[in-house]
Amino acid sequence: MSRLLDFLIRNRNEVFARSLEHMGLVGLAMLFAIALGIPLGILVARQAALRRWVLGAANIIQTVPSLALFGFLIPVPLLGGIGSRTAVVALALYALLPIIRNTYAGISGVDPAVVEAARGMGMTGRQLLWQVEIPLGMGVILAGIRVATVISVGMATIAAAIGAGGLGTYIFRGLAMVNNQVILAGAIPAALLALVVDWVLGGAERRLRREQ
Amino acid sequence: MRSQPDGTVIECQRVGYRIGGGRELVSDLSFAVGRGETLVLLGRSGSGKTTTLKRINRLLEPTAGEVRVEGRPTTEWDPIRLRRHIGYVIQEVGLLPHLTVEENVGLVPRLEGWEAGKVRDRVREMLALVGLDPEVFAKRRPRQLSGGQRQRVGVARALAADPPLLLMDEPFGALDPVTRAELQLEFRKLKERLGKTIVFVTHDVREALLLGTRIALLAAGKLAALHPPAEFLRAPHPEVAAFVSVLHELEDRSR
Repeated sequence: MSRLLDFLIRNRNEVFARSLEHMGLVGLAMLFAIALGIPLGILVARQAALRRWVLGAANIIQTVPSLALFGFLIPVPLLGGIGSRTAVVALALYALLPIIRNTYAGISGVDPAVVEAARGMGMTGRQLLWQVEIPLGMGVILAGIRVATVISVGMATIAAAIGAGGLGTYIFRGLAMVNNQVILAGAIPAALLALVVDWVLGGAERRLRREQ
Repeated sequence: MRSQPDGTVIECQRVGYRIGGGRELVSDLSFAVGRGETLVLLGRSGSGKTTTLKRINRLLEPTAGEVRVEGRPTTEWDPIRLRRHIGYVIQEVGLLPHLTVEENVGLVPRLEGWEAGKVRDRVREMLALVGLDPEVFAKRRPRQLSGGQRQRVGVARALAADPPLLLMDEPFGALDPVTRAELQLEFRKLKERLGKTIVFVTHDVREALLLGTRIALLAAGKLAALHPPAEFLRAPHPEVAAFVSVLHELEDRSR
């Protein structure tokens, strides 16, 4: 344990840089996943016919083993290649399912009586969405984002396998060197990062619930 | 908005409503509501009262017959304009839980694009009108209110944009009997002062007699009787007799 601490302290600059790299991958991937996932979730809440297809597609992506998904993407033009771009795409694809599903669940879970009352007040479809359905479904939507982000933090360690950097670099290096300390130097900061993300987003969720 | 010369504001002509080609919830319903009148739709649960009400503001699209509001078929109205022209009060759940009392009451004026200061003044005026101190209640959320206070807010919200028509769906139905009686009496005074045209749904015959200028009794989706309160008590229809006997039983037992 103390040798691990020694290692972390001696290499603190690199550990810090790898952590930042890691957060960059996850952050960027989540940005794309949210920008795509929330509109898709709203769409399937409105269009029942699309629901099976969109959720089915997101489900299938989720069943592809993550290491394989990174590998599959390498030869894809524009999105793929060696490096962080491929990693961000793969992480974003993985994060889609919980975000789409929770957005759909959050919006369709709003009390139908409340929705009808709002329509009775003369709200247009758009006003209903922005002023009633999204605010009231926000707790559930945030929970989806939280789950997706925590999963991404863990999965981003695999991104090192395709040269995207991040804390996974230590894990793969440690595996190659058969050195547990080096593995833990990647695994422990990654786990801590996941915990922090969970706690921060969980806090946002709780605050939202209290306000409503 | 133009009204017909005879003062008819709402007119239902042979209105029916059928769900998905299946069961008919209401059928062949015809009645007219005059300006400033309170028409009570009375009936048992499932008799089609709420369905009829939702046909008027087009929360339900017509499957048979025609509803005219201010002389124009509702199908020719833009549904959004129609609904903002008609105040709507419903039982319990009608307030938006994530908005404050102030935001709920100011909802329709805001949707109509009133400027913020004017909305605020109007909200205060409306809260005072329904007997809630704006200083105390404006910033509260619906769940921090009692049932009676919530219904007062519901009435204030329906009146905020000053619509000439009100639809009320058992607005006092979920209240305890004492609060309900208080609100009924207050509302009777309020509506006389404001002169709105009201369609009021209830299953409570006392409430119907207290508030209605006319009472329309629905039974199994059909109009069974339509009379002013005094005549309603003497109407020969068996469904009327059923409702009136409840009233008499209560009186007999209190002797």
